[in-house]
Amino acid sequence: MTLSRGELAIDVELVCPPGITCLMGPSGAGKSTILGVLAGLTLPTAGTVRVGDETWLDRANGVDVPVHERRLSYVFQGLALFPHMTAQKNVEYGMHDLPPAQRAEKALALLDRMGVKSLAQRRPRTLSGGERQRVALARALGRQPRLMLLDEPFSALDQALRDQLGALVKDLVAELKIPLLHVTHSLEEAKQLGERIVRIESGRVVTQGSGKSGP
Amino acid sequence: MSWAPLVLSLEIATLAMLVSLIIGTALAVLLDSRRVPGREVIYSVALTPLVLPPTVLGYYLLVVLGGTSFIGRAFHAVTGSQITFTFTGAVIAAAIGSLPFVVRSARVGLESVDPDLRDAARTLGASPLRVLFTVTLPLAAPAIFAGGMLAFARALGDYGTTQMVAGQLIDHTSTASVYVMNELYAGRDDAARNMAIATTIVGVTLLYVANRLVKRFSRAHV
Repeated sequence: MTLSRGELAIDVELVCPPGITCLMGPSGAGKSTILGVLAGLTLPTAGTVRVGDETWLDRANGVDVPVHERRLSYVFQGLALFPHMTAQKNVEYGMHDLPPAQRAEKALALLDRMGVKSLAQRRPRTLSGGERQRVALARALGRQPRLMLLDEPFSALDQALRDQLGALVKDLVAELKIPLLHVTHSLEEAKQLGERIVRIESGRVVTQGSGKSGP
Repeated sequence: MSWAPLVLSLEIATLAMLVSLIIGTALAVLLDSRRVPGREVIYSVALTPLVLPPTVLGYYLLVVLGGTSFIGRAFHAVTGSQITFTFTGAVIAAAIGSLPFVVRSARVGLESVDPDLRDAARTLGASPLRVLFTVTLPLAAPAIFAGGMLAFARALGDYGTTQMVAGQLIDHTSTASVYVMNELYAGRDDAARNMAIATTIVGVTLLYVANRLVKRFSRAHV
């Protein structure tokens, strides 16, 4: 994909197999913009986005699948939980193609998996930071995504909670066998989570490697 | 003293508020879309009733809605009646005068919704309409309702526009404000004073109750 954002010109090619790929780099390197392009929230000047056998974007051939038709889930940096809905309704939001009873059952099962089932009827503002992260992850999984995007969702958490949620994400991705792109500033977090680490600087991939060897 | 003018004023203000809420919110949603060309021009036109003297606005409405106008003739062909100097005319006049309050409040409310929340809804598979009705409008609702309250207050207190468009056909379109003026000119000071006090009490009470409800709704909502 290529695009310009103010003074930043992004030109990257990424291949992400199932598993966790960590995007690392300094602020303003273009990491979140790359997630935006994958999600369909940002339109690049040129490029393609393919997930499995589906083409979501192919600028040269005029293909641009609308955001809501791309089967993905995006956990925003601020989590973007809907403040006027309970935790359960937040999780159910991405399941609109299921009958209501099934939606509720599945949402509760996901909240249970995240260890926050008892908070199902609470609004986001009454939850702690860690609880909100868990609800956001449950909501992301409820969509049954083919691609997961995490934009520094753990940045505001303390190390213990970060480790706990990181392990949870790792288990979930191993189970789902889908690609997950995780944006982070922390090399430690990237090494702990990422099977692959891609370092982005000024809109370009400068290094990439396995999580064990580092970027 | 007859209560009919006050009842009529409340009916007109309530209907005008509902009409301006629907049209004003729809307009604000339209203005919220970057794809609409000339948004700021449309916005300025929608706010024009704020800067026009009520009689000038009434004059324009008379010209646009009067019996010889295209709209007036079309309305007559369909319903057999005219718009001006009727209850319908009074509601339309009050609604147009109130529209800027709803458009402005709704626009501010829509703009204050965190864009990440809309994007999150889209990534969760919601179509643009579903995002609007399940995320954007519910979160902007307190601001929209506040605009509705101002619209009601403006419609209840209107004199000039109503006088121009609906005239003062006693018991048909004589609103409380027109009634006060008529009684005063006729030398019936007591009736004018009583109607003025009654309108003030009813208006302030209704706005107080509505304000409390909006606050309670906002607190429970987010």
